[in-house]
Amino acid sequence: MGLFLFKRLCTLLATLAGASVVVFLVLEILPGDAAQMLMGPDAAPQAVQALAAKLGLDRPPMERYWQWVGGLFTGDLGLSYAYSTPVFELVLERLALTVPLALMAMTLTTLLALVVGIYAAAHHNRLGDAGLMGFAQIGIAVPNFWFAILLILLFSVHLQWFSAGGFPGWGEDFGGALKSLLLPAVSLAVVQAAILARITRSAVLDVLREDFVRTARAKGLSRRAVLWRHVLRNAMIPVLTVMGLQFANLLAGTIVVENVFYLPGLGRLIFQSISNRDLIVVRNCVMLLATMVIVVNFVVDVLYAVIDPRVKASDI
Amino acid sequence: MSPAITPPARQPAGLVARALAHPSFVIGAMLTLLLLGAAALSLLWTPWSPYEIDMAVKLQPPDARHWLGTDPFGRDVASLLLVGARNSILVGLIAVGIGLLAGTGLGLLAAARRGWLEELIMRLADFTFAFPAILSAIMMAAVFGAGIVNAIIAIGIFNIPTFARITRASANAVWAREFVLAARACGKGPWRITFDHVLPNIASILIVQATIQFALAILAEAALSYLGLGTQPPQPSWGRMLAEAQTLLFQAPLLAVFPGLAIVLAVLGLNLLGDGLRDLMDPRLARKR
Repeated sequence: MGLFLFKRLCTLLATLAGASVVVFLVLEILPGDAAQMLMGPDAAPQAVQALAAKLGLDRPPMERYWQWVGGLFTGDLGLSYAYSTPVFELVLERLALTVPLALMAMTLTTLLALVVGIYAAAHHNRLGDAGLMGFAQIGIAVPNFWFAILLILLFSVHLQWFSAGGFPGWGEDFGGALKSLLLPAVSLAVVQAAILARITRSAVLDVLREDFVRTARAKGLSRRAVLWRHVLRNAMIPVLTVMGLQFANLLAGTIVVENVFYLPGLGRLIFQSISNRDLIVVRNCVMLLATMVIVVNFVVDVLYAVIDPRVKASDI
Repeated sequence: MSPAITPPARQPAGLVARALAHPSFVIGAMLTLLLLGAAALSLLWTPWSPYEIDMAVKLQPPDARHWLGTDPFGRDVASLLLVGARNSILVGLIAVGIGLLAGTGLGLLAAARRGWLEELIMRLADFTFAFPAILSAIMMAAVFGAGIVNAIIAIGIFNIPTFARITRASANAVWAREFVLAARACGKGPWRITFDHVLPNIASILIVQATIQFALAILAEAALSYLGLGTQPPQPSWGRMLAEAQTLLFQAPLLAVFPGLAIVLAVLGLNLLGDGLRDLMDPRLARKR
C-alpha cells in the first residue's frame, strides 16, 4: 500500500504542478500586457504602468510564477483588481456556498443513483427496471441548467414554495440558506444521478453473474444478503470511477447552476471577474477548481485500492 | 505484396434487419434524422426570418402564424429553433472532429510505439481531464473574449483525451491479435499495420464514441451559450434562448420550455443512436445489458 500511495502522490503533485503552469501561461503570459488588459485598451500608459507596478506585473514571468505558487501555499493570492480585496478572502467567502452546494448535490446524486440502480438491477428486465432506465436515459439528455429553470417555473413561479434565486447567507438565516440551496442541488443531482444509476445497475448486474455470487447463494445466503454483503462491495469499483469523473462535471455544473439561481458562489465570482477583466481572480478560481478535480481523482484512485486490493497489486 | 488480413465482415442484410428491430437504434436514428433535417431545412426555409425584429408581435403565445410563439423581440421561436439546430450540429461536428482526429492519432501512436511515448501520451490525457470544457472555455473567454470559436476549441480539446484513451485501449487489444502477428510476419511496418488492420478494427468503437461525444458537445455548447461564453447574438442558439427566456419566466414561461425540449430531443437521439450502434456492432455487449 505504501508504494502504491507514494506513486499516486507523485502523479498528483506532477499533475498539480502541470496544471499551475498551464493556468499561469494561459491567464498571465498569453494576454501579453495583463495590466493593459485589466484597464482596457483606452487606458493611459502611465495608469497601466502604475497598475502593473502595484500588482507586481512588471517583474519577470518566472519570478511572478514562483511568487504565485508560493502564495497558493500561504494564502497570499494577491489583490483583486475589481474588488480591491485580497483574492484569498474573496474565494474563501464564495467557497462557503459552492462547497456545501457541491456536497449536497453529490450526496443527493449518490443516494438517488444507488437506490435506483440497485432496484433496477434487482428487478432486471421487469417493468420497474425498464421504466427507471427509460427515465435515466431521458435524465442524461437533460441540461442541468434547463432542469433548474423548470424547477424555478414549478416551485417558484407556479407553487411559490421557493424563491427563484439569491442566498440569505449562513449567518443571517441558516434554514433559509439551506432552503435556497435545495433547488440548485436537486437540479445538479437529478441529471448526474441518471448517469450514475445506469452505471450502478450494470455494475451490479455484472457482479450478480459472477461465480462467487452463485456460491454464496448455494451456501444458503438469501438473495438480499448476497446483494448487500457481496455484490455491492464489488460493484462499487466502476461506480466510484464514474463518481470521480462526475465530480468534475458537478463542479462545472455548479458554475452554471449558480448563475441560474444568482447564487454568490465561486461560479458567479468567475463570471463577474471575466466581465471585470479581473484576471487575477479568474486565475486563482480556475486553479482552485482544477485542484479540486485532480485531488478528487486521486482520492478515488486510493479508494479503489482500499475497496479492491487487486488494483494496487497490479499497479505495483 | 503481402495479403490483406482482416477478420470476415458481417453480413450487411443481417445487420440492417437487426438495426430495424433494435428500439434504441430506431428511435435514436429517427430523432437524429429529425435534428439533421431541421438543420438542413433551416438552410433553405424558415417560417419567418430568425433575425427580423418586430416588437409589435413580441411575446405572442403559439398560434397558427407563429407555431411556437415569439420572443421578446418578436422573432419567431420555431424559426430560431430551426437555425439553432444548425448551430448545434456545427459545434458538435467541429468539436468532435478535433477530438476524433487528434485523440485517435495520439491513441494510435501510443499503441503503435508503446514505451515512454505511450506513458507520456496517457499522462497528458489524464492531465487534460483536470480541465473540464467549461474551465477551458472560461480561461479562453477571459483572455480572448467570449465567442463560438473559443467554445468549439474548448469542447474539442476536452474531447481529445477521451478519444486518445479509448483508441489506445482498443488498439492495444487489436495489436495482441493473431492477424496482426501474421501481418508483422509478412513484413508490414507499424504504420501499415495501424492503418490497414488496427484502424478498421476499432472504427466501430470510435463511431459509437463519436455519437456520444456529439451529444455531450451539444450539451456543452448549450451551457456555454447560456452563460454567454458560446454563440453570440444575433446568431440563434438554444442555450442563449434559454438564458433570455429565464428573465421572462412570469410573462412567457413557454419560452423556457421549447429550446430545452429541443436540446433534450437532440441529445437523447444521439445517445440512443450511440447505444444502438454499440449493441449492433458488438452483440456480446447487447446480451450482457
